[in-house]
Amino acid sequence: MTAQISPDSVWVLGAHMSRFARYADRDLIDLASESAMSALADGEVTVNDIDVLACGALFQASGAVGQRIQKQIGQTGVPVYNVANACATGATAIRTVIMAIKSGEAQIGLAVGAEQMGKMGLLGGGATKKEKKVFEPSGRYGAVTGVDGHLGTETMPGVFAQAGMAYAHDHDGVGFEQFARVAYKNHLHSTLNPLAQYQKEFSMGEIMESPMMSYPNTLLMCCPTGDGAAAVVLVSGERLASMPAHVRKRAVKVSASVLTSDPFTEDCQVQPDVNTLTRNAASQAYEAAGVGPTDLDLVELHDCFATAELIHYDNLGLCEPGGAGEFIDSGGPFRDGPTPVNVSGGLISKGHPIGATGVANVYEITTHLRGEAGDRQVEGATVGLAHVIGLASACGVHILEKAAA
Amino acid sequence: MATARVPLVNYLCLEPEPHLVANECTSCGARFFDRRNACARCGSTEFEPVPVAGSGELRAFTIVHRAAPGIPVPFVSAIVKTDDGTWVRSNVVNCDPTPEAVELGMRVQLTTHPIGTDDDGTEAVAFGYEPA
Repeated sequence: MTAQISPDSVWVLGAHMSRFARYADRDLIDLASESAMSALADGEVTVNDIDVLACGALFQASGAVGQRIQKQIGQTGVPVYNVANACATGATAIRTVIMAIKSGEAQIGLAVGAEQMGKMGLLGGGATKKEKKVFEPSGRYGAVTGVDGHLGTETMPGVFAQAGMAYAHDHDGVGFEQFARVAYKNHLHSTLNPLAQYQKEFSMGEIMESPMMSYPNTLLMCCPTGDGAAAVVLVSGERLASMPAHVRKRAVKVSASVLTSDPFTEDCQVQPDVNTLTRNAASQAYEAAGVGPTDLDLVELHDCFATAELIHYDNLGLCEPGGAGEFIDSGGPFRDGPTPVNVSGGLISKGHPIGATGVANVYEITTHLRGEAGDRQVEGATVGLAHVIGLASACGVHILEKAAA
Repeated sequence: MATARVPLVNYLCLEPEPHLVANECTSCGARFFDRRNACARCGSTEFEPVPVAGSGELRAFTIVHRAAPGIPVPFVSAIVKTDDGTWVRSNVVNCDPTPEAVELGMRVQLTTHPIGTDDDGTEAVAFGYEPA
């Protein structure tokens, strides 16, 4: 399955990601600018060709990061959109550029995602106020002190553990071992990816016996914090058609670009529902692209924790309904299985510098569809899906297709 | 003189028997523990306070071993669906924090426990769920 260039289509023209790591000697703007310059060079365009820039850097969302990138790579005066959407920030930046192109306001745009987290440690939990002088109700729930730890957990490993355990409640064949196998797979995959923050294989025993963070998520089943950036240049089909043949050949079609939020469900009032909006995004994306889950040659999905990846097999329709446990046990998402998932090593091993993640996933799919993924290449890949989810919630799904020869 | 007690959150009512109170949409019955401008499901703007059933089923849990400083671990965080269909997040208490002791689908019952006393001697009371 390969795609023809129609005038109203949108294509990835250039892409780059930095190796995810911890960069003590470089700042966010260095990382973001390097990816931006590299993506432009990869697409054989310059900053002067760019009509719109969208930038996502979650922890510096109010810091005009897009404009600061322009000061490094070229202040051309084009519109800049600094976007924030939790862990879907990078996908939101890409979609912002796509919308600008689809609207006719832009022909070529640049989307950059970047984050510098260093060793932030555990995200999401709030400390109980230490000096509780007087219990006075405050906030929307009239809480007299911090509720984290008293009324359940607000930590990310815990919230996603509960999402996985809710699936285990509803379906057979899902437990600690299945969740651990997800992490086993992604660590194994990462050994082939030189851009991954960690590139080390771990045994099932090592994963299950590593320090427990929030049952069933052990340390090796949780993504690390880190630094990194990724960028993509997007172009209209109309403009691409006038570009040289070797450029057209490496372009990758965006067959679907979808962003959803969580519709009302009863349980999402007390715990984030990461399922419904992913299912909605997936079905919209499959319909827009005219493909189904069985057409996908590879998937990069949001495995912030092993428990999350497992439930997204079902949410994205990669397995039989309720069959996510059997899917991982049978090797379905391994790189030699029918639907390779997270051959990059996923967030668990590749890393999760938040703003960069949704752009890096599109970089990964693009690189495979171009046949340029080196040792980790999924041979003959023509269609891939990139998925991210940010709590509260936002879900981005992009389906990409290889250009017709 | 008896110790003054305050609930940890305003949707926990300590008298006459401890129970939770939800804001229920008068149009569609959706329940919320905080104030809403309009119902997130149907858009109606009328709500009334309703008591929430104390018993329910454990629908999901995690055993938290790493938390922010000052939070004692391990503890069991849980999502409970009460017998009247209300979803609640809290801790499972009076139960070993081990995967062997906590079972998905087990019956649980609301209970309360003190979590500390302020400088005026007022005691804060939290709720949790214990195996029924």
